[in-house]
Amino acid sequence: MSIDLSQFHAVFFEESFEGLELMEAALLDLDVGNPDSEQINAIFRAAHSIKGGSGTFGFVQVAEFTHILETLLDKVRDGEQAIDADGIELFLQSVDCLRGLLEALQSKQDPDMQRANELAGVFQAVLDGASYADSANLVKANSITGQLLAPEITESAADNVADDAATDDGISEEPSYGTSRQQVGFNIYFKPHVDMLKGGNDPVRMLRELATLGEIKTTVDSAELPLLEALVPDNCYLSWTIELLTSCKIDDVEEVFEWVEDECQLSITPILQDASALVSNQPQDQQNNPQASPSAALGQRLVMPSGPLPGLDDLLLPSPMVDSSTETVTDPVKDSVKAPVKDPVKTKATKVESSSIRVGIDKVDSLINLVGELVITQSMLGQMGSARDSITEEHIGNLREGLVQLEQNTRELQDSVMRIRMLPISFTFNRLPRMVRDISIQLGKKVQLEVSGESTELDKTVMEKISDPMVHLIRNALDHGIEMPAQRIAAGKPEMGTIVLKAFHQGGSIVIEMSDDGGGIDTERLLAKARKNGLVAESEQLTQEQKLELLFTPGLSTVEQVSDLSGRGVGMDVVRRNIQELNGSVEVSSEMGVGSAFRIRLPLTLAILDGQLVTVADQTYIFPLVSISESLQIDGAKVNNLAGGSDVYSLRDEYIPILRLDRLFSLREENGVLDGSLLVVVESEGQKIGVVVDELLAQQQVVIKSLEENYTRVVGVSGATILGDGTVAMIVDPIGLSSLAGNDIAAAKQMTDAAA
Amino acid sequence: MTKILAVDDSASMRQMVVFTLESAGYDVVEAVDGQQALDIAKNESFDLVLSDINMPVMNGIELVKQLRQLEAYKYTPILMLTTETSSDRKMAGKGAGATGWVVKPFNPDKLLATIKKVIS
Repeated sequence: MSIDLSQFHAVFFEESFEGLELMEAALLDLDVGNPDSEQINAIFRAAHSIKGGSGTFGFVQVAEFTHILETLLDKVRDGEQAIDADGIELFLQSVDCLRGLLEALQSKQDPDMQRANELAGVFQAVLDGASYADSANLVKANSITGQLLAPEITESAADNVADDAATDDGISEEPSYGTSRQQVGFNIYFKPHVDMLKGGNDPVRMLRELATLGEIKTTVDSAELPLLEALVPDNCYLSWTIELLTSCKIDDVEEVFEWVEDECQLSITPILQDASALVSNQPQDQQNNPQASPSAALGQRLVMPSGPLPGLDDLLLPSPMVDSSTETVTDPVKDSVKAPVKDPVKTKATKVESSSIRVGIDKVDSLINLVGELVITQSMLGQMGSARDSITEEHIGNLREGLVQLEQNTRELQDSVMRIRMLPISFTFNRLPRMVRDISIQLGKKVQLEVSGESTELDKTVMEKISDPMVHLIRNALDHGIEMPAQRIAAGKPEMGTIVLKAFHQGGSIVIEMSDDGGGIDTERLLAKARKNGLVAESEQLTQEQKLELLFTPGLSTVEQVSDLSGRGVGMDVVRRNIQELNGSVEVSSEMGVGSAFRIRLPLTLAILDGQLVTVADQTYIFPLVSISESLQIDGAKVNNLAGGSDVYSLRDEYIPILRLDRLFSLREENGVLDGSLLVVVESEGQKIGVVVDELLAQQQVVIKSLEENYTRVVGVSGATILGDGTVAMIVDPIGLSSLAGNDIAAAKQMTDAAA
Repeated sequence: MTKILAVDDSASMRQMVVFTLESAGYDVVEAVDGQQALDIAKNESFDLVLSDINMPVMNGIELVKQLRQLEAYKYTPILMLTTETSSDRKMAGKGAGATGWVVKPFNPDKLLATIKKVIS
């Protein structure tokens, strides 16, 4: 059978990368002093799976490299090889190396084996008894080792693959054509242990296999067969003497008994014959010889027991299968020609970048279930539509019911489909422990990362885009947040700094919190810098929050010494912008000497929005439901007119700016009376704004269409959607609105502060 | 129809084994670890069990031990899929009651040839 193995490659790569992540995580987590055997086992298993798969799917470079890695890990697992910090470093490097090899193979490129060979050399040195550190240095100093290893690896790897197809057909690679005495077969004595059957091994199978190697003559010895009363059906009482005429090598015969070699007495002795007598004894020439029946001889010795002995008939009467075999004696030479060595890797030139997601079967099941319900609803509605009777009251009732059901089906289906795109945030979190480890070592700091909520699910696109900002935040925390160990001890803190990363769902969004117990953000320095750069006027007084907000101002870095890691221009302003592009927000809180915390809030998905429909001047607008904190009817007495024509509204104990969409978007000439009209209070980044609307309509989920792609970017509008009646409605962007209302916000703030 | 239980924690290996066996006309049920395999084996009967050794939750050796204690699996051929080349590991499988092994890496043809040895 020919099966194209390349169809399994995608899955293999996916699981291998997962395995590497798992390995990495376990390595990072491993307590060197007291390694947890389950973790070591997990590391071993990951390497082991990659080795098995890569061998099977023809990625010999990977298989060879993982083999030596696995051998070492196996020793670690068995406690024969210790593991220390240098060892972990080496294993981590091998994870990186394997990742590189697999990535190259995945994109159909020849992997660069240099690093792999170096590491293989290091591991070999460790296996030979050197310490991890010494081995690493040794190999570094003598990089020739790596070069020497290279051809060896490729060769033996090629052998491996080539061997596969040939060896198991029982074909001897080099038939032994001796000079004078020629081996023509084997005498085999085979006495299974009494309990061999219990391992599922049936002696008949071995006889049958021997028969495929050549011509066999079998004699069974049933002397040990007890009387029926004493017979244990599970036991094997028989032994066999077999004469096998074949040109096969002894290895092939031994292979037949490979699984039972310790469960039987076995002797295999070659039958030798003079070269001159050879012709008549070649198995190929014996096809027409009459078959000597061993069963005749043994029949005399048998007192036939009839019992439930499994396969007993077969055991006692091996002749039928011998018969069949003699007729199918094969010509090994011909066969080996017929069976060319197949290359299991059939590479196609197609690029494999199509990203895929693995979806839990439960998600697919629920989808199928919902589609089923949708079909039922559809047929119900269809039936009503095709009814020929005149429409009655009852019909309409049923129709309404059907439509309600359809709506529910659609919503559930939509939820289900969206869930398919949702992945646990661990995809992003997983690479952070390694980063924290590497950077903290580089900086000479001691930092631990605590992660929780890894299983929180998030839309794939959002996840991809949030990864960079998160990495940036963590780098910042490592670089500027956590202090040097000595400094921490002096401050009475534990030497080991802690970064806590949390993810959880809250309402319709996902919240990611990152906090550190470092030195906190020096807001005074921030302010001084901002003043120096002319971003804040000397006279202007800022609240603590406003000072912290300066962190997100472009072109403001408090670090005098630009370090290797962060503070190189890509600042917090970029982080915030990235997050805002995802319709999310980021807030910061910090206390000097205690630490800082960042709170990122993101929508679960980018494609669909829970919206509140409103009308302004006969136009429909949509507010993201999450941004609305309340809606109220304006009490004219609470409106304050400010100079410049803007208004603020006194909402409980604070003043909020009133924004008129009609004016903002030039929808109509006259301004409506504020008293009695509706005010939607939206909140973004802790800032409330009241937006005047004519009417509040329904709340519904809307599919977001990009305005930028289809028209152009408009401040205050994040996108558009198509409503049920086919009209286009704009989706209001609360963050954009607050930037439009900047002056009013400042004015309202002043009033609030003054009132307080 | 000959029914085979294929156990491997690696999805790609499992897919390959299942595809190979199904293409050859066998009826295949898959399991991702020993425990799942054992649960399945208790409720269905199989003519052959193919199992990986290194698996989470319950490894292949333990699976064989447990299966052999079930009346229905006393004689069922059980083959270990193993990359272990050292004989003591193979013997661990044998000691637990496995019938034999298939050494990875193997190609579909080799797998089928080995299977045909134990199920006629």
